[in-house]
Amino acid sequence: MHRKVFQLLVDNTSGVLSRISGLFSRRGYNIESITAGVTADPRYTRITIVTSGDDEILAQIEKQVAKLVDVRDIKELKPGESVYRELAMIKIKTTAEQRQGVIAVADVFRAKIVDVSKDSLIIELTGNQDKIEAFLDLLDGFEILELARTGIAGLGRGIENVTYL
Amino acid sequence: MLGADAMIKCLEEEGVEYVFGYPGVAICPFYNSILNSKIKTILIRTEQNAAHAASGLARVTGKVGVCAVTSGPGATNVITGIATAFADSIPLVCITGQVNSELIGSDVFQEADITGAVESFVKYSYLVKDANEIPRIFKEAFYIANSGRKGPVLIDVPIDIQNAAVKKFEYPTEVNLRTYKPTIKGHAVQIKKVIKELSKAERPIICAGGGVLLSGAEKELRAFAEKYKIPVVSTMMGIGVMPTKHPMYYGMVGNNGKPYANRAMNESDLLIMVGARVADRAVSQPDLITENKVLVHIDVDPAEIGKNVGASIPLVGDAKHIFEDFAKEEFSCEHGEWIITLNHYRDTMEKKRKINPDYVDPAAFISMLSEAMEEDAIYVADVGQNQIWSCGYHIVKNGRFLTTGGMGTMGYSIPAAMGAKLACPDRQVVAVCGDGSFQMSMMELATMRQFKVPVKIIVLKNNCLGMVRQYQHFTYQDHYSVVDLSGSPDLEKLAMAYDMKFMRLFTMDGVENAIREFLAQDESVLMECVIDPMDLV
Repeated sequence: MHRKVFQLLVDNTSGVLSRISGLFSRRGYNIESITAGVTADPRYTRITIVTSGDDEILAQIEKQVAKLVDVRDIKELKPGESVYRELAMIKIKTTAEQRQGVIAVADVFRAKIVDVSKDSLIIELTGNQDKIEAFLDLLDGFEILELARTGIAGLGRGIENVTYL
Repeated sequence: MLGADAMIKCLEEEGVEYVFGYPGVAICPFYNSILNSKIKTILIRTEQNAAHAASGLARVTGKVGVCAVTSGPGATNVITGIATAFADSIPLVCITGQVNSELIGSDVFQEADITGAVESFVKYSYLVKDANEIPRIFKEAFYIANSGRKGPVLIDVPIDIQNAAVKKFEYPTEVNLRTYKPTIKGHAVQIKKVIKELSKAERPIICAGGGVLLSGAEKELRAFAEKYKIPVVSTMMGIGVMPTKHPMYYGMVGNNGKPYANRAMNESDLLIMVGARVADRAVSQPDLITENKVLVHIDVDPAEIGKNVGASIPLVGDAKHIFEDFAKEEFSCEHGEWIITLNHYRDTMEKKRKINPDYVDPAAFISMLSEAMEEDAIYVADVGQNQIWSCGYHIVKNGRFLTTGGMGTMGYSIPAAMGAKLACPDRQVVAVCGDGSFQMSMMELATMRQFKVPVKIIVLKNNCLGMVRQYQHFTYQDHYSVVDLSGSPDLEKLAMAYDMKFMRLFTMDGVENAIREFLAQDESVLMECVIDPMDLV
């Protein structure tokens, strides 16, 4: 089993996301995460999909996705040649005494405190998935009330593989 | 001009001659406008068969087949027909009526999310939200359906859109799809590689699939095989690429195919798979076609290459273009011994059948029937034992053999034969089915009568679901479950009810005369052949 990150450029039409996720579910492919957002050119949407499977399955995923009428382009975002980021928002239960401790950990990770209330605070953290996992590990002693993660978005480095619209 | 008028105009622009369908309120604007057109409408008796009939028409003409049904149950009924066309890569445009746009999502009467429901069985689908988009959408739909790897496209049109005014009708002359550009021409480097391997090969063979027929490459493939004396086998969907009695043809492969065809394919040292998916029924052991050989896989759909088997030389493109390119290459290849070996296999490895003289022998009957059929006749096989016998014993001359190899949808033959006959009124069209598959489409006898479609029908009657019975015979040691078809109608009375000529054969006595009489009829005729329920394919 290998993990791969694919970047898709698709027509920004209604139903495009369901066509892609539907393809994954009906052919039994895994989706670890999927993120989508409109590009600088509003006719297109960029999607980042993290998936896993053996080499044959991953090759099939690439071909089957490329075949969808709405898909303009699919390419792999290779780890060394790309930048991945994920955003996580973490709501932690804190007493007044615990608060400073949490903030200290957050500071080390350059995370932001975006909300503070009497019994809880919300931390916003951006980074690659390892960083987010490491941060969550450090919060082990605290009670995480709610966690929201976006899944990764990514771009390849440099200008060699840019698809010009 | 209303949206509905625009829809009809689009069909006219596409040269559509027939629309198969079934009206309901949500598609009534469309069926109202079609009265002002020369396009002929065929009222099919159940929506699934509208797609099958359109499929029959598409396969014999190479044009897109069109069906139009209403929302809700009309749309959901057509799904099996769409899925059948999808599995066999048949170009269709299915138009469905939809409830008023503003009511979509509120579960009103006869509302179904049809674009969502057919998502996994269509090449593409549209839900029309603006009547002014109709020309562009129809142009794209016909193009997508009949290009690249062909397949069905669905257009869902809410009734208010059909009734909305269209500002100006202008049918686009070309499509502008930013994201859809199928590869048609084969890569020159890959083509050279194939030719190089061919010139080295001692035991080359071509396995032709349905893609060859879809691309209209039969002539090119035949000419190539003849020029270089390359043997050809076919998949079920590729039957008819080569005339059955062609000296270079060695039969259908697969677990229901000819033993000599499988042996030829497995023993080859260069296998050129063209327009074939290498699916489980054709190639049950993919390792046998990759071991000790060079596998060239040609397909217009890159996702088919490497899906079921890894190819040594992948070649993406349309079969016709690729064989045209092959023909431009000059090379020599010598393999006289290989041909002698294959001829020996073909002469000695035919399966022996146990024949019960108290019944009609379906194998002998089918081969006599097809011998007597016209040169360019169209033979439509249904699904079940009848299909396997048809594949094994039907002799294709220069006509067509139609069946559903991918989805295996029972009841396909009669509606598909109707579509084919309407498209080619001068050609002989015979549908061959079992008594199970016949009863799945027998309501279409009314359509044949109403629209005077003189299809000839053979029913191989054994009072049971023969293929499943055979499976239960082998797998469950004759523990038969739910395969008994007693209760079926008396076909003679049924034929009478539809004003059809009826014939019946109990044994092989007089079969030649019966076939001659059957084929000589100008009108539709139903012939029942009583076969041994215990017979095995």
